[in-house]
Parts: sequence; C-alpha cells; structure tokens
Amino acid sequence: MKHRLLAIPLLLVGLNPSLSALADEFDADDLKRWQAGFMSAVKSGEKLFHGGIKNPNTMSCDQCHPNAANTHPETYPKFQQQLGKVAVLGEMINWCIRNPLKGKPLALDSDDMAALQAYITWERRGVKLAPGKH
Amino acid sequence: MSKYSRRDFLKRAGACAVAGTLPISLVEVAFGNSDPKNFTFAFISDSHITQTKGDNFVENWDRGLRRAVAECNLLDPRPDFILYGGDIAQLGKPEEIDHGLEILAGLRGDVHYVMGEHDYYLDLGEHWRKRLGPERYSFDHKGVHFVVLNSILTYPEWTHKAWDSGMQRMLQMARLDNPHGSPFMVGDEQRQWLKEDLAKVDKRTPVVVFSHSPIQKIYKGWNFWTDDAEQVQAMLKPFDKATVIYGHVHQIQYNQIDNISFHAVMATAWPWPYPSTYKQAESHLAKLTVPMNRADPFFERDATGWQFIDMHSGNVDMRYVLPGNASRRVAFDEKAGRPMDTRHQDPASRIPPQNHY
Ligand SMILES: [Fe+2]
Ligand SMILES: [Fe+2]
Repeated sequence: MKHRLLAIPLLLVGLNPSLSALADEFDADDLKRWQAGFMSAVKSGEKLFHGGIKNPNTMSCDQCHPNAANTHPETYPKFQQQLGKVAVLGEMINWCIRNPLKGKPLALDSDDMAALQAYITWERRGVKLAPGKH
Repeated sequence: MSKYSRRDFLKRAGACAVAGTLPISLVEVAFGNSDPKNFTFAFISDSHITQTKGDNFVENWDRGLRRAVAECNLLDPRPDFILYGGDIAQLGKPEEIDHGLEILAGLRGDVHYVMGEHDYYLDLGEHWRKRLGPERYSFDHKGVHFVVLNSILTYPEWTHKAWDSGMQRMLQMARLDNPHGSPFMVGDEQRQWLKEDLAKVDKRTPVVVFSHSPIQKIYKGWNFWTDDAEQVQAMLKPFDKATVIYGHVHQIQYNQIDNISFHAVMATAWPWPYPSTYKQAESHLAKLTVPMNRADPFFERDATGWQFIDMHSGNVDMRYVLPGNASRRVAFDEKAGRPMDTRHQDPASRIPPQNHY
C-alpha cells in the first residue's frame, strides 16, 4: 500500500503531474502481500474447520464437509427454506456450530468467522456465483 | 393418565409409528432350479459412535444406530443374518466400540463385522479383535460364498511412523480430507489368503465380498479408494457372479466392472458429499450411480440409512431404507448386466434433490 507514503510527498504531487495518481497505485509486491494476508486467513480457517472450534460434541466441520464440500458459498445469500428467510453464509455456519456441534455461535464480524468463510470460499474457487440457488 | 402409563403409551405409540413407515415384507421371488436359494440379509454401517466425556456419547450418532437396530428387528420375514460394514467408533476407543456393540447387541440375529479405519488406527484393531474376532474370514450360506476383508490397511511405513501416540495416528486417519493421509489397501498377505480361499470355490458359486473401502478407485483424496483394487478384482474375475459391498463412503454408489457388481451402503451417522462436488480435484464415480438425495441438515437423520439385501438371483438386490425419504431399490438387471435403480435410473425420472453440486 502506498498510503503510508502519502503524508510526505503531498507537496510534490502539485509539482509533478506524473505522481498525481500515486495514492491509487499499487505494485506486484503489494498484491503479493495482500494475497498473503488473505491466505493466512484461509489457513486459520482451515484449522478452525478441522477441529479448531471447541464444542461439547467434540465434532468438526470437516466431518460432514471434507474440503468444505457441500457448503455452497456461491449460493448465498439465499432463501433458506428451513428458516423461512434469506440467510447469509455466516448464519448457516453458526447454525452448524449451534446444532450438530452444540457449541457457541461466532459473532458474524469476528476474525474466526471471516477465516472460516475465507477457507470455505477458497475451496470453492472458480465456481460461478449462483445467488439464491437451492 | 399416570406418569407411568403415559410413558408406556408413548413408547408403544413410537413403535407403531416406526412400523407404519416400514416396508415390512420382503419380496420373495421363486429362484428356480439352481442354487442359491432365496434369502435376505440386512446391512448396517458407519455409526461413528463418539465418546465426548466419560459415559457421554454424541447423541445424534447413538440415535442413528439405535434406529437402524430397531427397524432391522421389525423385518419380516427375518433376514438370515446381518452385516455391519465398519466404523463402529469415531476414534477407535474401547469405550466407543463397547458402546456401539452394546447397541448392536439389541439386533435379533447373527451379525458379521467388517473392520473400518475408525475402528483400527488407534490400537491397530486390538480391541475390535478382542471383542469380535478376526477381521478377515469367509463363510458359505445357502449356496453363496461370502468373504470379509480388512481393506483399510495401508503402507507399513505410514502405520509405523514415529507417532507420538496411537491417538495421533488415529486422528490423522480420521480426517477424510487429510493431505497427509495414506491410501487404503488389502495388502499382499491378505490377497494371498484371498487367493487360497477362492481357490476352493466353484466358479459358478456367487461370491460376495464385504470390505470397508470400495474395492475400486473413485477418489484418492478422501480414500474412496483401495490401492490394490485391480489385483482383488482380478481374483473375482473368474466367477460367474461376483459382488462387492462396502461402507466408508456414507452414500449411495453402485457400479459394474466386468462381472463384478459394486454397491456402497449408507451410514447411520451422517452422509458424505459426492467427490465430484469438490471442484479442485478430479474424481471418478461410476456414471451408473443415481445419487442419494442431498441432505437436509435440519433433519438430523436425513441422508442416513441402512439396507436390506435380497440374494434371490445370486446377485444383489439392494434396498436402501432412508429415514424420512422413500426407500431406494438398486437391483441387478439381467438384461443390462448391471445394477440399476428400479425407479430413477432413467435420467427423465430423477428428482431435483439427486442433483449434487
Ligand atoms: Fe465411516
Ligand atoms: Fe471409513
């Protein structure tokens, strides 16, 4: 990210038109770093998915969803017929934690929830979006 | 109504409800002159009994096995015997195997057991063997030769790695999608035994092999796989009629390779997705298979079940008993020379829940 440099060259921007787009630019190193940031969430999501969620039933997500299969992240949000409303993926993750696992649901904006969704979606990469599909 | 009589009433009402949903009578088909004679057997598999703490077990899995046992006991006429297809336990603990066997002890009839990887990799089958005897054996019944194999062995280098404990090894093998797992196999020693066992059997005798893993190669990543499958298949090739019935995959699968029919059975615990739904790897499920219905997770027994099997033709006529769903029947079609779903085989007669993605 170039934003951290922003404060220093403010004056220069006025002098040199070729630098005027600096704040919006990023290079290959930036992309690598951001991808690494995402992949570290995928990794911790994978750990949570495979026994990293403490629960009284000692169960794990991969017991029913090897490689996060049969989770269908590309179909969310969708009308979840059993709930009678449109649900997002995070609500279904919490449904699993509460019911088969008998555990405590995660906050929808928690790091763990983000990591779980990062892993689930990563295992589904390349599949076309299909919102609402049942 | 007093408390006691009310409970008694509920118990009776429950039993009636179960009986009401069951296809109670088995179809008897006249067999003709040749052996084997008409008979049926039942098949229960993959209960994954899980100890959480002390005397506590995951109730969901207990309920699955209890239901299968209760329903199986209502079959009339009685099946000649019952097969248990492996994975009684989740982590191979003696407590889990014992608890599972306690529930299975409620079955009316003789039970033959197959070893699953979840029964094996904690203590290499020691407790299972102590309770149930050897894990490979054969028996003859009404003109059919039955063979039970332990197909979940693997390379000795993996089994005898410098593990911290048996439990560490068990946990590695228990993870289906483990990239550091190891493929299942029957192994040289057991294949030699099988060769000698089959040498004594007339080639016109129908042979049925029970294994935990498929004796075919479907998807290595989840061990829907047996590494020496082709070598075992080759030993079955000389027989007129051969069938392999396996657990492990927790789903409906069937296939025909030359003279050998393959059938998978449902788990009583939970269903597994079809490997084709994992989009990052290639897999090879038989095109012949019409999949089970996709599970509704809100109904805890959905996409689980047990089966009863009619051997009247010397081939397998498999009936899947699926809680809350219509039974499925996959029977050997003499004309086509392979197993076919008697209702859904034609693509035009499939239903939306059979579409997995
Ligand atoms: Fe299993
Ligand atoms: Fe298994």
